[in-house]
Formats: sequence, structure tokens, C-alpha cells
Amino acid sequence: MIDAMLAEAWSALIANRLRSALTMLGMIIGVAAVILMLAIGGGVQKQVSSAISGLGSNLLIITAGSSKQGGFASGAGTGATLRLDDVDAIAHLKSVVAAAPTTQIPVQAVAGAANWATTVVGTTPAYFIVNDWRPDTGRAFSEMEDRAAGRVAILGHTAADKLFGANDPMGASVRVKGTSFTVIGIMATRGQGFGGVDRDDVIIVPLTTALRQLQGNAFRRSIRSISVGIDDADNLAPASERIAAVLRRVHHLEPGAPDDFTVNNLTAVTDTLSSTTAAISLLLAAIGSISLIVGGIGIMNIMLVSVTERTREIGIRMAIGASRAAVRLQFLLEALMLSLLGCGIGVGLGTGLATAASGAIGFDTSVTVSAVVTAFAVSASIGIFFGWYPATRAAKLSPIEALRS
Amino acid sequence: MTGNPILAPIPAPVLALSDVVKDYVGEAGTFRALHGVSMTVAHGELMAIMGPSGSGKSTLMNIIGCLDSPTTGIYRFEGTDTASLSERALARMRNSGIGFIFQSFNLLPRLSALGNVALPLVYSGLGKAEREAKAQALLAKVGLADKQRSRPAQLSGGQQQRVAVARALANAPKLLLADEPTGALDTKTGAEVLGLFKSLNREQRVTVVIVTHDPEVARATDRVVRIQDGRVFYDGPPTEAALYGHAEVAA
Ligand SMILES: Nc1ncnc2c1ncn2[C@@H]1O[C@H](COP(=O)(O)OP(=O)(O)OP(=O)(O)O)[C@@H](O)[C@H]1O
Ligand SMILES: [Mg+2]
Repeated sequence: MIDAMLAEAWSALIANRLRSALTMLGMIIGVAAVILMLAIGGGVQKQVSSAISGLGSNLLIITAGSSKQGGFASGAGTGATLRLDDVDAIAHLKSVVAAAPTTQIPVQAVAGAANWATTVVGTTPAYFIVNDWRPDTGRAFSEMEDRAAGRVAILGHTAADKLFGANDPMGASVRVKGTSFTVIGIMATRGQGFGGVDRDDVIIVPLTTALRQLQGNAFRRSIRSISVGIDDADNLAPASERIAAVLRRVHHLEPGAPDDFTVNNLTAVTDTLSSTTAAISLLLAAIGSISLIVGGIGIMNIMLVSVTERTREIGIRMAIGASRAAVRLQFLLEALMLSLLGCGIGVGLGTGLATAASGAIGFDTSVTVSAVVTAFAVSASIGIFFGWYPATRAAKLSPIEALRS
Repeated sequence: MTGNPILAPIPAPVLALSDVVKDYVGEAGTFRALHGVSMTVAHGELMAIMGPSGSGKSTLMNIIGCLDSPTTGIYRFEGTDTASLSERALARMRNSGIGFIFQSFNLLPRLSALGNVALPLVYSGLGKAEREAKAQALLAKVGLADKQRSRPAQLSGGQQQRVAVARALANAPKLLLADEPTGALDTKTGAEVLGLFKSLNREQRVTVVIVTHDPEVARATDRVVRIQDGRVFYDGPPTEAALYGHAEVAA
């Protein structure tokens, strides 16, 4: 019985193609919004947790330049106001495990015939401790090599791949801005950072070497940022206050003058990011639920119209032996088919949008099986819930009156 | 339900109406369409119901076909009081106990001839293959083997009515009801459909009740019931007087 009813439900939908499509629109939008929400929410969650675990959560990053906002240091790092002396002042503070000055220089690196645009990070050995990120092949450079401006480099995985391909980079040389560096190590894979930045696309060299060989004269003693490792997450706030106080003193700032540096607490950044995502997710969830309800009401409406239009058909069916249950089942199946078809299209649309979104915002979005299953389950419930009343109305018709209509 | 074995040799009639009254309640008040109709139809009968327009023939047929119920009075189908039957049991009866043929065919326009004939079989729970085989055989029986895939709109009136007959026969009902089956057909196709009823009655002992205005159709039956103003007026063999309504004048 079900097989014939499904076929008939399908032909009823096909007979009113445009109407069916318009009816499904609410479901399509609702499901697409929910799928998109879950995909972005899930993607960001993954992103944030991997970013946190990659950064080491007890990290403060001091950048040159002031920033009025507490969150992202937008516009910071442009003025050259951090100096090597600042690092020593910070390194001795309470709760500070290590402080690594870093400077980042966009460069064109050359190894043999290969040529690759990447970033050179000039830093001290403290960098490996602060970031909890070390070479998995070869070794890091030492304090000695840094002070002596040794021409040694450690490659991130991506840089190593691009410059050397299948060849072994160890002991080979890389030319950057006319200076030749010997590769002494390759960093462990670190993955993507915020906004899809490939954190493995770097060449790490001693800070002294970077300042002398790669940076313009005017900036020889200035650095972009200082990464500071703190012993405990609870000490992040007091430590960042102590650092700010010390830097103001070292920089001889008058009371009342604005900071010429910014202390970024990355945990706070990720928190902001998470809550922003949560807000977006909530919005999408609201749009999704409202659309689903509107979609459900649309289905109910069209099913009521359909029952009225097909009263005579219902009468004929009853006259040849359709029970009330059979009539109800048929109209329920039609409502269900509408909602599930809408859901299917919505899942497709949502997945497409999620893929497009991941390209646009640099997040890895993921449409999970459970999200799709949930979407179908919710749509089925909506179809049954909103289809029930029209179907019951059809089933309650008296055969003779339906036939007379 | 048929009860006492001692009475078994006397077969229960297919249907028995006793003092059936039907009132239509509308805004304009209550209209009594049937004023206490009593009659009995035995297995294997071929009978006609005649009467002027508005006399209550269709009202009576709808009650016999379990599409409607009497306001008062009792309608027994094979000895069972239909008032005691559940909705489900009534649906089953319409499905396989009784075949109903309408003047306006009442085929479903979206389904093919085959689909229409197979529909009662859907509701009696048959599988697809079985349904199709059966529906094909029925269509062949009414001479439409080559029209299986046609929609009703692609068929002539006579062909549509034959599809309707095939549909009514799908579950091999004991009782075939036809409310002016030839009304929309020309004399020749009308005669063909009538011939179909006759052979069903003679060869398969299907009880057939036909509502008709046409004396020639009624002449082919064994018994004529004349109705006027909701009352049975004549019940007997198809005499000329019965066929042409002189009986009404005589009474
Ligand atoms: N649903 C209804 N509501 C009110 N009155 C009705 C209804 N159906 C039928 N009637 C009335 O009941 C009477 C009998 O109607 P019915 O349809 O049984 O006549 P009929 O004998 O079949 O006539 P015809 O030969 O024209 O088909 C008519 O007077 C009709 O107006
Ligand atoms: Mg009539």
C-alpha cells in the first residue's frame, strides 16, 4: 500500500511543481541556515581549540604601537617602539617563564632552483619554549649562535616542502636577501592559525642575524613583538599589568600618556572569537527555526488547499474502499515528502554555502553526518506535525459529501 | 452471524432494507428523500431501479453502497446491520463487498486506466505485481487491454465507463451497484456496458442493481423496482407498464 501511496504523493507534487517548490522554500531556507550554522559553529570550535592548543594558552604577546581596543591589536605593530632592552626588563618579572622577541620579515627565499615567498621569523631560543613548538628534525639554534649572528635557519614544514620538495633540506642552504643560511632543523607541523594562516610557512633564524642582515638600518634595534610565556593561566592578568608598568617606565612615558605598546592576552582573543561565533550561530539558529516554522505553516497551508481541491478525489477513494487511516496516511506522506524534499535541497544549499563561507573567512567548516541526520529528523517532525491537521481533515470527510463536491 | 444451521438452506439475501428513511438536513429545513423503503435483494439477481428525477434513486443507492447511512430504519448487508459496523469495516465493505459504478465515471484523472483499476487493490493491501496482473486481466475482460497506460482524459466515455466497471470488479464483489451507468453513453456503448453486466450476472452470479431511466436497459433485467417521491411504488417483473411508468398512473 505504501509503495503506491508514495508514487501517488510524488505525482501529486509533480502535478503542482511550482506550488510545491514555493512551499518548500521555507524548509529549504530553514534547513540551509541550520546546516550553515552547525558547519560554521563546528568549524570555529575546531579552529579555536586547535589554535589554543597550538599557541599554548599561557601566552602574552606584546606588540609595538598602542591600541584602544582590548581585543585584536588592530593598527598595532606599525610604530617601532619595542626594543631588545624591553625583553630583558620583562624576562625578570614574576610569573614570566621566558620572553622571546620576534621580528617578522616577508621575504623571497631561494634554494637551488626553487623560489618561495615566505616569512622569516627572527627570534631567540626562548621562542621555542614560549610557543612550546620545537624542531622535530635537527635542532634549534643556541644562545651562542644568536649572539654570534649565526647564519642558521630552521624551516617550517611548508617552507621546507616548497623549497626542497622531496630533497633533504638538512645541511642545505637557503638564500634570503643575499644572505645564505644553513638549514639545521625542521619544525614540527603546527597547522593553521587564526584566519587560515599557514603557521608552517616560516623560516626561523636567530634574531641578531635577522636584525643585522635582513632588516633595514633604521630598525636595527627595534622588534615587532615579544612573546611572553607565563607560568600559569591564572597569572595572565597580573603579569600583563606588571609588564605594562615596566614597559611604561623603560619607555619613559609620562603619567597620562598613552601606551606605545599593546599587551595581547590570546586567551581573551579566543574568548572574543568564540563569543562572536556563538552570537552568529544564535542568529542563524533563530533564522533557521523561524524559517522552519514558517516552512511548516506553508506546508500546512498548501495541504489544506490541496485537501479542499481534492475533496472529490478523496470521496472517490473512500467510495472504492480507502479507510480514513489510508486517506490520512496519503496526505501525511505528501506533507512529509514536501518537508523532506525541502530538507534535502536545504542540506545541499547549506553545504554549498558552508564551503563557500570556509573559502571566504578562512575557516575550515564541516557539515557533519549528525547535523544532516538532525536536519532530516527535524524536517520529518515538521512535516508530520504540520501535515497532521490537513490530513485529519481529509480523513474526516464523509464519503458521500466528498463525492458530491 | 448468519446464525442457526437449521435455517441454513434458506440463503440470506445480499441486502435487506426495512423501513429506511433518509432526511437531508439543510439550511432550508429538513427534506425527506426516502419515506420508509423496504426491499430485499437475493443473491444472483439482476434488477433495475426506475423512477422520475428527484424520486430518491441515488439516495437509495448511496445507502445500499454504504456511502451514506439511513436516518432511521435498518439496512442489512448479508444479514449484518450496517449501523453496527465500524468505519473500518464499512471501508472494507466498500472496498471488496460492493462495487459501485457512477454515472459520471469518477475515475481519478492523474492515474492511468491501469492505476484506476488497481486502486481498490491498493486499499485491500495487495502487492504491486499482483495488483498489476489483476488490473491487466480486468481491463482485458472489459476489452481495454490496449489502453492500460491511457489517462481517463484520453479515453472515450464508453471506455471510461468500462474502466470504472473494471475498477468496481477489482475485488470480486458480491454486489455491483450502478447509478445510471449508461446515462452518459450513446445507445450502442450503453448496450455494450449493459451486456457486460448481464454476462457478469449470468456467468459469475454477481448480484447487479442498476438505476436507469432507460426502459430498454430495464427490460434486460429480471426485476424492476419503481420509486416515486421516496416510496417504492412497484416491485416486480419488467412488464411494459412497469418499464414505461404506467403503473404509477394505475396506482
Ligand atoms: N445532499 C442533499 N441535500 C438536500 N437534498 C438532497 C440532497 N441530495 C438529494 N436531495 C434531494 O433528495 C431528492 C432525491 O434525490 P436523488 O438524488 O436521490 O434523486 P434521483 O432519483 O437520483 O434523481 P435523478 O434521477 O435526477 O438522479 C431530491 O429531491 C433532491 O433534491
Ligand atoms: Mg440520481
